[in-house]
Amino acid sequence: MNKVIIAKDLSLSYSSNETIINKANFSISSGNFVFITGASGSGKSTLLKSLFGALKPKQGSLVVGGVELNGVSRSKLNLLRRHIGIVFQDYKLIKEWTIDKNIMLPLLINGYMKSVANAQVDKLLKHVRLNHQSGKYPLELSGGEQQRVAMARALSHNPILILADEPTGNLDDYSSQLIWNLLEGANSQLKTTVIVVTHHIPKNISVEYKHFHIEYGSINEIR
Amino acid sequence: MKSVKNHLSLVIALLSILFSMQVFFIVDRSIEAYKINLASSYSIIAVSKKQLNSSDILKINKIISHVQELSPDSVIKRLSSDMKNTNVELLKLTLPKFYKLTLAYYPTPQEIKELKSNLFENNSITKVEDFSHTHDTTYKFLLLFKNVVSLFALVVVVVTVLLIFKELRIWQYKHNERMTIMGLFGAALWLRSAVLFRLAIVDALIASFLAFGIFFYFSSHSWVKEQFSNIGISIAIFNPIDDFLAILGVSISISILLASLIVLWHKEEA
Repeated sequence: MNKVIIAKDLSLSYSSNETIINKANFSISSGNFVFITGASGSGKSTLLKSLFGALKPKQGSLVVGGVELNGVSRSKLNLLRRHIGIVFQDYKLIKEWTIDKNIMLPLLINGYMKSVANAQVDKLLKHVRLNHQSGKYPLELSGGEQQRVAMARALSHNPILILADEPTGNLDDYSSQLIWNLLEGANSQLKTTVIVVTHHIPKNISVEYKHFHIEYGSINEIR
Repeated sequence: MKSVKNHLSLVIALLSILFSMQVFFIVDRSIEAYKINLASSYSIIAVSKKQLNSSDILKINKIISHVQELSPDSVIKRLSSDMKNTNVELLKLTLPKFYKLTLAYYPTPQEIKELKSNLFENNSITKVEDFSHTHDTTYKFLLLFKNVVSLFALVVVVVTVLLIFKELRIWQYKHNERMTIMGLFGAALWLRSAVLFRLAIVDALIASFLAFGIFFYFSSHSWVKEQFSNIGISIAIFNPIDDFLAILGVSISISILLASLIVLWHKEEA
């Protein structure tokens, strides 16, 4: 199987005197569903940030989708990010845009025609059961609905990799289940690699998954 | 309503810069026109021991545009009442020649000094009356007026630029989040900043057309024209093509500079 992510002696830090991830070695194959767990402040989100290039490695090598992120240029990073779907705990939706336009964002960046993008948005809104909310703005929606919009945005351009940072952290059961179903669906039907940072792995997860646990700066493969 | 308010803050700031700029242009043009008026009524008198050729005087300094020999008849008439005809003829021959020199433009005190020294290089010229005291006062008054207006315009521009920088902070805060989110999905810099540049250019166009409307209205207003004709000058208060292009250029440059600074100062957060 192709490796989507390869980390060799990867160290991550925000400042020169504090290392959050220390010389980690791991790899993730294409089509894997991966959970990353760990205590608060262990470095889960930091690792996720490094996977989409928001945090450059302090030391070592981190290859994502064939792109070495240590010393990557901005243009190469942009190209890589166009093949990644990201879901944040705080949704990161553009408030001045309608939810339709928010979902359309990766499609527009990837140069899809407007008509194709519109059709895809309609399909995804139905998929996340928000077609009745079309044309509304993010702040007119509940937290669970906003996260479903963020999920639809992450799926819109059929990315090779989905990164989700505690995607159900603040959500009600209905929205949480819907998010897990969408992530599982993307992984099982589209063979998208999914990496989820979470405190708790849901019990009813139906796909085969790998589990990494972060503790004291090291990443341990548990399953 | 909120959107109109957001546009207004930059449009008003740009308008005040354009207003200062145009007021400076108007004052500068008025002073130049007034200087031409003064030049036509201002002249220098040169006194020569012997008759001089007009073309020779014109060659002395290119600022001299016209030479007129003053007739000594009025002086002779005053003196001749008790004199014999032969003495009058003798007096005519011995009287110095007076020349009125009209200048091409209103000179600076330095240019007058230079002209006087050029005139004295001709050995025949014995005296030059430049009425420099009156001239200096008028010239200094014009300069003072121009400097006060320039200073006022500069203060308005500086205050407005400070206001624009404050506005820039608000814009930066407003656009930073959207630019960051777009960046997270791999949008190129031009795409991330397109909205910002579009807004900046739209605001610049609104400000330019508003300025055009205001100045065009004032320039064609009879009261304004009357004020200028009262001081004997006629100037283009607002040139619809040249001035509009200058206004448009300045406001678009400021807006693009503003948007570029926001893009340069943008920090991606994740």
